[in-house]
Amino acid sequence: MKGMPAGPTWHAAKIVECGGQATSNPRAGGVYTIIDADGFTIEPLDPAAACTPISVAAHMLYETADPFEMREPDGTLDVREATYVALDDRTVRVEGSRFHVADQHTIKLEGARITGYETMSFTAIRDPLILEDIDAWADLMCTVVRERVAQTLGLTEDEYAFDLRLYGHNAVLGELEPETGPPREVGVMLLVNAPDQATATAVAKVANPLMLHLPTPSMAYLPSLAFPSSPAEVERGAAYEFVLNHVVDSLTPHGDVPHRDGGDHPCLTQPTTRPPPRWRSSPWRCAPRTPDRSG
Amino acid sequence: MRSKNAGPFWVTMELFMRDADGYRIVADEAFLDEQVVADLYRVDADTVRIYRIPSLNVVKISFPRPVSQGSLRDRDMHAGQHHVPLALLRAPLAAAGVAGGEA
Repeated sequence: MKGMPAGPTWHAAKIVECGGQATSNPRAGGVYTIIDADGFTIEPLDPAAACTPISVAAHMLYETADPFEMREPDGTLDVREATYVALDDRTVRVEGSRFHVADQHTIKLEGARITGYETMSFTAIRDPLILEDIDAWADLMCTVVRERVAQTLGLTEDEYAFDLRLYGHNAVLGELEPETGPPREVGVMLLVNAPDQATATAVAKVANPLMLHLPTPSMAYLPSLAFPSSPAEVERGAAYEFVLNHVVDSLTPHGDVPHRDGGDHPCLTQPTTRPPPRWRSSPWRCAPRTPDRSG
Repeated sequence: MRSKNAGPFWVTMELFMRDADGYRIVADEAFLDEQVVADLYRVDADTVRIYRIPSLNVVKISFPRPVSQGSLRDRDMHAGQHHVPLALLRAPLAAAGVAGGEA
């Protein structure tokens, strides 16, 4: 960048992104950085905030898998030997950032695709009799939805998918939730995914009477649950999932990509495309993938 | 502690400890290693990377996201709440009079 060395330039560029996090007050705004031949100097834009050696060094950890190295198109930023020195009570001097130029210029190619169309339905439970048995209630819901969808819509289980989330119980962490014990109130989200919107909504509507009236296995009567709105179904449109995670050899620093004649892919050095979504697999059980390039 | 996506296919989390005593507790492999992380998050221990950074009193952990960002099974798009299982892990009382507690 204007003749300045790559190490300090890439390092400074990493720190200024979400740069407020590298200061004493992340809500106060961004940072101001001057890059020179030996390193860079950084301070917050807000005069009341401060950069400290710890706050700047720690920002290398933010949203990166590897805290010491960061792969860029032209090579690898290496901050193992970087030093962070306070020039005053709010300004930090960083030196020792290195950049190892790669033999092959590459670009990262990430991509998402439409995995289907979603319809969401939401209801809520406050009755302690249901809440003390909430996992059994949810299991029953999943079973009965599958049965009724097969009976009324004639869909097999590979023609649609749904996720039932119990907000207030374990919706965020799912099987990883370490806490136990009955919740006071639960929001039940039914998220349906199907190849088209009409099918997703049809599945959600089949589930509608269950979202209103499903008892627990031990209850001898039909409760009525708390829909927050009517109609209960909300069409979300297309759903997207990240599926592409490639490193592409590029001929020039400007992104010209070599194609093989007749080939259907650019030259790929690390093809790691995900398989199609496995709707029936449980959360947190897909195969691990090869390392992503940070950044 | 905090957690966040590192790209759409990885999750990363950091334990920022207040001082060197706290760092020694969480940097101890007898307390926290790849297998402990694997058990908490139901991932393969071979995929877990742990970085111990004494100059910052930080232990950083990264592993591939078991569900890619945005999939039907993704309940936490930015993985911003996935530090909690590790944060609730009980730390041992250190021998040298260091107050224990939750990491």
